[in-house]
Amino acid sequence: MSLLVPLAPNPEAPLARRNPVAKLAAATIVMAGLLLTLDPVTPAVLLAIELAAVPLTGVRWSVLARRTWPLLVGVAGVTLANLLIVDSGDPRVLLALGPFDVTVGAAEAALAVSLRLLGIALPGVLVLASTDPMDLADALVQRWRVPARFAYGALAALRLLPQLAGDWHQIGRARRARGIEAGRSPLARVRLFFSQVLAVLVAAIRRAVRLATAMEARGFDAGVPRTVARPQPMRAGDWALVLAALAAVGVATAVAVAAGTWSLAFT
Amino acid sequence: MQDTEAAIVMNRAGDDVAFGLENRGVPADQIWARVDEALAAVGFPDGRDARTDALSGGEQQRLAIAGILALRPGLLLLDEVTANLDPAGVALVCDVLATVLTATGSTAVLVEHRVEQVVDLVDRAVVLEPGGGIVADGPPAEVFGRHGDALAARGVWVPGRHPVVRRTARAPAGPPLVRAEAVRLRYPGATRDALPPTDLTLRSGQAIAVTGPNGAGKSSLALTCAGLLRPTSGTVGAAGPLAGRAAGRPLWGWPARELARAVGTVFQDPEHQFVARSVREELALGPRLTGADDASAAARVDELLERLGLAALADANPFTLSGGEKRRLSVATAIATAPAVVVADEPTFGQDALTWAALADLLADLRDDGCALALVTHDRALVDAVTDNELELS
Repeated sequence: MSLLVPLAPNPEAPLARRNPVAKLAAATIVMAGLLLTLDPVTPAVLLAIELAAVPLTGVRWSVLARRTWPLLVGVAGVTLANLLIVDSGDPRVLLALGPFDVTVGAAEAALAVSLRLLGIALPGVLVLASTDPMDLADALVQRWRVPARFAYGALAALRLLPQLAGDWHQIGRARRARGIEAGRSPLARVRLFFSQVLAVLVAAIRRAVRLATAMEARGFDAGVPRTVARPQPMRAGDWALVLAALAAVGVATAVAVAAGTWSLAFT
Repeated sequence: MQDTEAAIVMNRAGDDVAFGLENRGVPADQIWARVDEALAAVGFPDGRDARTDALSGGEQQRLAIAGILALRPGLLLLDEVTANLDPAGVALVCDVLATVLTATGSTAVLVEHRVEQVVDLVDRAVVLEPGGGIVADGPPAEVFGRHGDALAARGVWVPGRHPVVRRTARAPAGPPLVRAEAVRLRYPGATRDALPPTDLTLRSGQAIAVTGPNGAGKSSLALTCAGLLRPTSGTVGAAGPLAGRAAGRPLWGWPARELARAVGTVFQDPEHQFVARSVREELALGPRLTGADDASAAARVDELLERLGLAALADANPFTLSGGEKRRLSVATAIATAPAVVVADEPTFGQDALTWAALADLLADLRDDGCALALVTHDRALVDAVTDNELELS
């Protein structure tokens, strides 16, 4: 969840300023380049380029770490599983850990997988963390013809997300005040948990209905062609970002091919 | 709209006002001029980039009005725009409306219980008949002057009349029941205290009003004194006759059933506390959970239904009630277990003069029966009519 909720980005950073659609395109290009190959070299080169680009996005390292720790834990888990459990068929044992033998082949596979996962995830995280959701919705509607009904509806709904957490706590307190509690029985705990989830959903739906009414009251989706208050043009810098992403994938692929490690994923 | 939070769609004030203009297809080069004009018209102090989720209630309502004004409507429909605002917020919104209506020549229709707050703004007052039809229609002075008695008898808030004479406590305050000492609250990640260190003692037979502007921490203090929120620092515990039940434990650590027997809480949003399918079940829940026998629980439920004008709605689903009915039901559920302490957040919200008087009377009776009351409210009439002490937060 915390991966998706946008933060207030620094709008002055060189990459944060770029058109959100250009950022999305650049991230997609990098992800596609990584999905194509299973080798460790391509993701290593691309990940290095991505990390070098982090300061340009205006996202601080501390924020990035806080934002991505669930991802890092996941990657660590996958790496460990690859190291210990996957049977690579490689006879060369790197490290013997009791019942587990870590082979050279398994270590290579684990390295490739973790670099690949990080390299694929990081661009997406950076795009979301460096983009104001309003700008993203504007750009999607103006450049990629995403229906306004969908884009601005989702944008308005995003505002309500933090309020769900507030509702959850408040409903929990209200139930405690009424004398409702599970006590020690695990079954009662589960029942109470789900009934509270239901109550929060009901509250969310009622809130959403009020929001929809407010949007309609201001003429949203009334069939009149919308105008745009915040134009999101594709400038030279935006095209340059897309080209830079293509170049990065090209360089990484070339290095991997030269090193003889590049291997197509779909074979 | 009654609920200001729900009237705001976007994260930044300027984008929110621009939203309606975009929807109407106003040419792009005119949009920002009209946004600035509308924000200036309502005296919005913070400019286009202000975050809408950080605004006070009064500022939110101003922004909501700006969002409508930017569309240059011939007609403004305003549903209880002063609801849940502190007195400064009410004055602000009324000022804005007066200025705007003079400047634009628009027509405004205000739906309002508390006529007194807006009567100076209007040229014509229409009193609706429950179930359809019109009771009175004309200039406010004439409507409220000529029909004042009849309207007041039917529950209309006639300006200048107070529906309840002041009821002072019959006896001096009894022993303390809940004592909060230097309670301070700061939510995780916040940069300032939601509630600066505050002392509050709730005594048997005493009603305390907790007042102050929006955002002063009134609701946080109420939840803390009700044992529902653990303070960041400071202590809150039961005292005197109440202390025996779970001696030594802080109030927030009490088991829920013990707490429900001792403290009744009325939440700001009544919907948060509804758990049953009908009004009657909702009222019977507390007494049942806290171990009352069926006969006495039923008697208590019937009495509350009768006193708060909910008898006809006994089988209705609580979520289908009107805002004012929900409010009365939430007060009734809080006191159904006959708690020694009642903590209520805006207990008189959305009431006509008759149901208001019934609530005020009920609260005064509770106090005179030895209950300790803490009433968080902007309602001056309630403070004047029922409470003995006032704690003003700032």
